[in-house]
Amino acid sequence: MEFFKYTKTFNFMGKSKLAMILSIVLVLGSYVILATKGLNYGVDFAGGTVIQVKYDKTAPIDDMREKLKSNELFNGSSITEFGAPDEVVIRMKSTTASVTVDIGDVTREALKGTGNYEIRRVDIVGPKVGNELREKGVMSLILATIGILIYVAFRFEWRFAVASIFALVHDVSIALGAIAIVGLDVNLDVLAALLTILGYSLNDTIIVFDRIREGVTNNRNSDLAESINESVTRTLARTTLTSLTTFFVVFTLFIFGGEIIHAFAFTLLVGVVVGTYSSIFVASPILMWFGFSVKDYHAKLAKKAQREAEKERMRAQFESGVM
Amino acid sequence: MKLNFRIVIFALAIVFGVAFSIPSLLQTEGGKKVNLGLDLQGGLHMLLGVKTEEATTSRLKSIAASIKFFTDKNDILIDELKFDESAISFLLLDTDDTKHIKEHLSSIEGLNVIYAAENISMSFTPEEIVKTKKQAIDQAIETIRNRLDQFGLTEPVVAKQGEEKILVQLAGIKTAAEEQRARELISRAAKLELMAVDEDRAARVSVMNDAEAASFGDVILPDAKNEMNRYLVKEIPVLDGSMLTNANVGFDQNNRPVINFTLNAEGAAIFGDFTGRSVGKRLAIVLDGKVYSAPNINERIGGGSGQISGDYTVMEAKDLAIALRSGALLAPVYMMEKRSVGPSLGADSIEASMIALIGGFILVIIFMVAYYKLAGLIANIALIANLFIILAVMSLFGATLTLPGMAGIVLTVGMAVDANVIISERIRELIYEGKSIHKAIEEGYQNAMRAILDANITTLIAAVVLYAYGTGAIKGFAITISIGILASMLTAILGTHGIYELLEKKIQKSKNNRLWFGIKG
Repeated sequence: MEFFKYTKTFNFMGKSKLAMILSIVLVLGSYVILATKGLNYGVDFAGGTVIQVKYDKTAPIDDMREKLKSNELFNGSSITEFGAPDEVVIRMKSTTASVTVDIGDVTREALKGTGNYEIRRVDIVGPKVGNELREKGVMSLILATIGILIYVAFRFEWRFAVASIFALVHDVSIALGAIAIVGLDVNLDVLAALLTILGYSLNDTIIVFDRIREGVTNNRNSDLAESINESVTRTLARTTLTSLTTFFVVFTLFIFGGEIIHAFAFTLLVGVVVGTYSSIFVASPILMWFGFSVKDYHAKLAKKAQREAEKERMRAQFESGVM
Repeated sequence: MKLNFRIVIFALAIVFGVAFSIPSLLQTEGGKKVNLGLDLQGGLHMLLGVKTEEATTSRLKSIAASIKFFTDKNDILIDELKFDESAISFLLLDTDDTKHIKEHLSSIEGLNVIYAAENISMSFTPEEIVKTKKQAIDQAIETIRNRLDQFGLTEPVVAKQGEEKILVQLAGIKTAAEEQRARELISRAAKLELMAVDEDRAARVSVMNDAEAASFGDVILPDAKNEMNRYLVKEIPVLDGSMLTNANVGFDQNNRPVINFTLNAEGAAIFGDFTGRSVGKRLAIVLDGKVYSAPNINERIGGGSGQISGDYTVMEAKDLAIALRSGALLAPVYMMEKRSVGPSLGADSIEASMIALIGGFILVIIFMVAYYKLAGLIANIALIANLFIILAVMSLFGATLTLPGMAGIVLTVGMAVDANVIISERIRELIYEGKSIHKAIEEGYQNAMRAILDANITTLIAAVVLYAYGTGAIKGFAITISIGILASMLTAILGTHGIYELLEKKIQKSKNNRLWFGIKG
């Protein structure tokens, strides 16, 4: 089976303006949503309490609300269905600092008489820990980006690094926008998914860049757009295949993984699609617009080869005892 | 067919993978197994903070008690011995004793003592306060660990996190009652104090307030059983639990559980001295600020043992004895973060992620064979080997598998085929260019290598950052991704290359590129 023939080169760069407009609309749209609707921080980052309760029949949500009203600890709490009608989560901003009696115990007591239930999960995150987790989360995104930037600049050229960072920011922004639209709780697992997108999208971009590097090095033709078109075409089958297999896996995780991994799988799902798109349509044009010149690159390579040759000659001279 | 080093290494890796994943897969008795995280097997995760500032206060209190004992014993007359959160002060009635007092106080480390004629006051030096706070955390970790070790759970985790937080992880907590018991055992201050009842004013306790009691150097404490029943006791205790050597559950004449405790030599001496001087008065046995009993002292009590009676169940008495034995918490702990997962939720999570893992895996395998034919099959062999190796490495290191970790493995399945896709595409390309099978394979691997390496290293960078900055479950995700990437280099690059080398002659002879690589020609 073959998706793409190697004989035909697609003109991706010809479509780059159109793609750019789409990307800009998506990214700006995401920022608008993030600014207006905002992200829904879950307990991990905002602090608070989440209690997951499972009943042996449909959960009596109205009855539960009524029961919880009696205690002011539950002021402003929300009760929502969680994945199935017999399972609910109670979310609230308040936390308890006491070790011996916590809000989970209080809830257990308060829900007495609402039917047969089991408290399956209690997460209490104090405000201080929430702040710390958020700081660490942002820190890890920034550090990962810097680490990757340095590596790519070292292995390729600075413009490649800049272009891949643009693609990363593009992907993460759109994923965040999608999270905001759906209104998912942003917890540690979503952060993990964002970091995975970072790695995944970069993976894709680098495979394409590697081809461009190879094409530019071997090709006497100094037209970058043509080189890019050829390289992207040649990696197209791979990009599509890998994206498809990853998509399959993440999709099964999304469908069958259960409610608790839902946010993680959703974020990845968006990331896989956007990451594939960006490595083809976003990263490469940026490379071109930053003025990557094939001629200069050739000159640089030639210089490097010359230096190597010089070194080699010196070494040979040294070994033969001339110096 | 000729063996090559790649296929040998690959075969060894498979043997390693299968051998070391057997204990985890079949749940055998012996052997190293993968630990299931708390989110998968159910359990309690807590992050505790320590109220370190209370540690200095409590140390000052015991210094005050020792001053009291020292002056009583040496017949030095002092008055107005007082202490608050930061300082102790007293009046020395006979300044001739200054030298004697000075000698005693200078033997206590970290004190800054000011002598102003008969007024003597002291507080901790700043360094001592820092030291005390640090000690309070270390001691809390040690104490909580001791208590949990006696609680009967397998491998409780108690560790310092950051500068002043304590991480407690208890796997295998099944019920809410068990959790409650564990939490009570952990947070119990278990501060035992033996305090003298102020018999001169005890009759007026019902009309006295705290401020008035303080003016006499007394404090009002409630009865453990009946809060309305109050005792007026001397604020500075006769002695405290730090001199306790043992505590055990026993039974009194009515067959109710009590706790018998023994004091060390110093404690026994103080206790004997005090009871000798205080015949006819009462001694309050105070635990965590509540009076459990206040028996009359009938005679001097030597030997240094005593009894705490209260309205306990046997279980409560046992836990209390554990807490007393493992020592008091110098400073109270409070909850910063708690995550408890019931075992049924953990089982559900395992089931859901297994379905996703197997489902995704089968889809990928079918797809690869459909697209690449035998080349796809070779990639699939590498993929399966990869899964075994991940499991084997995790078992060997006793790593913890969390729910995000499971997701990490699922993701690795998706990404591990990537290397083989890249390689297969390269080989197809080279065959199209008319290269021989041998050349196509060798050059295909060479060309693909650089891209795969660069791509994998950048993903590893992200995973390492995730590990360094992640907490708990997220760390599990970073670990599986990292192991998965490294394993895929071994299986997908080295392993499949070895298989191709092994089969190269066959491929050449068959001239069937459709069968081998899924392309025409």
